[in-house]
Amino acid sequence: MRLRTPREVPERPSPGTELLTAEAVRLAVGGRALLDGASVRVAAGEVVALLGPNGAGKSTLLSVLAGDVRPDGGEVRLRGRPLAGYGAAELALHRALLPQSAALSFPFPADEVVRMGRAPWAGTAAATEDEAVVAEAMAATESAAFAGRPFTALSGGERARVALARVLAQRAPLLLLDEPTAALDLRHQELVLRVARARAAAGDGVVVVLHDLSLAAAYADRVVLLTAGATVADGPVAEVLRAPLLSEVYGHPVEVLPHPRTGVPLVLPERG
Amino acid sequence: MTTAVRSKAAPTVSRTTLITAVLAAALVLCALLAAGVGAYRIPLGDILASAAHRLGLGGHALDRVPESVLWNVRLPRVVLALLVGGSLGCAGALMQGVFGNPLAEPAVIGVSSGGAVGAVACIVLGLDALGSWTVTAFAFASGLLTVFAVYLMARSGGRTEVVTLILTGVAVNAFCGALIGIFLFTADSAAISQVTFWQLGSLSQATWGKVLAVLPFALVGLAVAPLYARKLDLLALGERPARHLGVDVERMRLVLITVVALLTAAAVAVSGIIGFVGLVVPHLLRMLAGPGHRFLLPASALGGALVLVAADLAARTVAEPAELPLGVLTALIGSPFFFWLLRRTRTRQGGWA
Repeated sequence: MRLRTPREVPERPSPGTELLTAEAVRLAVGGRALLDGASVRVAAGEVVALLGPNGAGKSTLLSVLAGDVRPDGGEVRLRGRPLAGYGAAELALHRALLPQSAALSFPFPADEVVRMGRAPWAGTAAATEDEAVVAEAMAATESAAFAGRPFTALSGGERARVALARVLAQRAPLLLLDEPTAALDLRHQELVLRVARARAAAGDGVVVVLHDLSLAAAYADRVVLLTAGATVADGPVAEVLRAPLLSEVYGHPVEVLPHPRTGVPLVLPERG
Repeated sequence: MTTAVRSKAAPTVSRTTLITAVLAAALVLCALLAAGVGAYRIPLGDILASAAHRLGLGGHALDRVPESVLWNVRLPRVVLALLVGGSLGCAGALMQGVFGNPLAEPAVIGVSSGGAVGAVACIVLGLDALGSWTVTAFAFASGLLTVFAVYLMARSGGRTEVVTLILTGVAVNAFCGALIGIFLFTADSAAISQVTFWQLGSLSQATWGKVLAVLPFALVGLAVAPLYARKLDLLALGERPARHLGVDVERMRLVLITVVALLTAAAVAVSGIIGFVGLVVPHLLRMLAGPGHRFLLPASALGGALVLVAADLAARTVAEPAELPLGVLTALIGSPFFFWLLRRTRTRQGGWA
């Protein structure tokens, strides 16, 4: 057993500084290239939407960004240091990841699950805020109402919100959200992306994988479009979400219309 | 908001404390009862007086016969039951936590069948290099070896996958079964009956020597396990989320499988195969007070010890003067109980966990 040495808590990044950069990432599994020239960067204070068709490598890229998988080529840097140089405990203070589906082997109550998000801060000064942070995260995701119920007894949407609350409670300056809206109804989809925006406003960097392009257009600062494991476009919403590019990438004709009131692009598939 | 979250957590804490206290009290009572009851009855007052006398706290020594029965026969057996039960209960809770699977028990990774191969080989081949300790030492060593063989075979690229680990365990268990079969095939009838007796599990051969042999493993295991309680909670989220929360999952798994192997191999070595304690006790406690491992690990040790002390008392008194094999008794009562637990959980929650 190692004794816990008092760990240094990373300083919060100042808005606008680069948090994470991935350059020309390549990854092959079983001889098949899953990523082949994927690049993405995220700065403190912005929401980056990671878009692309099924199988484009969005979740795989997120695993690379989270440090789960070491890429075969390319470079990933977190706050200027190579990602591979971070240990698990240190990394947990820098980034949090919301997985696509939330599972739990044993029936812990929902608030316990959220409290698990505080684990990286045990033994640091921030541990004194645990209860307040947990309560805040549950309030932000509207999951306080079922705080005492076993996670395993919750509905899919409730689980998704508790899982998000856990990730928020981790208070990492880099948030990686893998399809956070997949299990949610319209109201809670909006809620989740508002939460992401709020985190960005508070100075976090957020990378969010989305399938709903209009949702991305409404909430993201920047869009990274991925196809066949490669980044094909990276830029502001208005630049990337154009009909010809999206039609080609998704293999289906797409229309992009400005919202009649707000002017935010609405992305719709062309229907007969 | 904060108060709402806190007030929900509070009763669970007192509930876990209460259950732990009840278990500890029941264990003490049951151990005293087991020390007194048997072919030669020793009243509770005499037990306490004799114990106080030996500890130098007053009291008085008993007559020659009760003193000898108490200290050379009963107490080593009760203490051994306590240690073996505590080891099996804690190992079971650890296994379920490490594998994130309520069905896992130490036998899954081959520790019991591996131990049995060593014991059977030793009995059938008539090995006695270490005198009366030979079977125990062989069972312990081969149990440990088997676990590490399973772990190494399941490991690839610095990672072990739970399903691969369990399937490797299944294959190794089958292989061990075949080895035991070969030994039995070549054995004479005296060896076969000795093997059968060993496999049924029993504490009738308890001595202070065996207690001392198990003690270090039990103490180390029971001391290390709670250090990982919080991390085991996190592992319930899955391997990847646990890693994202800063847990070195692979390292933890290696340490805890080692702990499980030591606890179980030591228990199997002195008592033979005693099933179901490691599976049922953690389940029952999880239902009573939730799955938090800070409660579950120590409580499973206490619960396992309680069950085994009680079961051993039953094994040697129910059919007096004959003695039932302990492993048979725990499985005989454990299996229907587990089945009932299963049905109840299904009707209540519509499924397991």
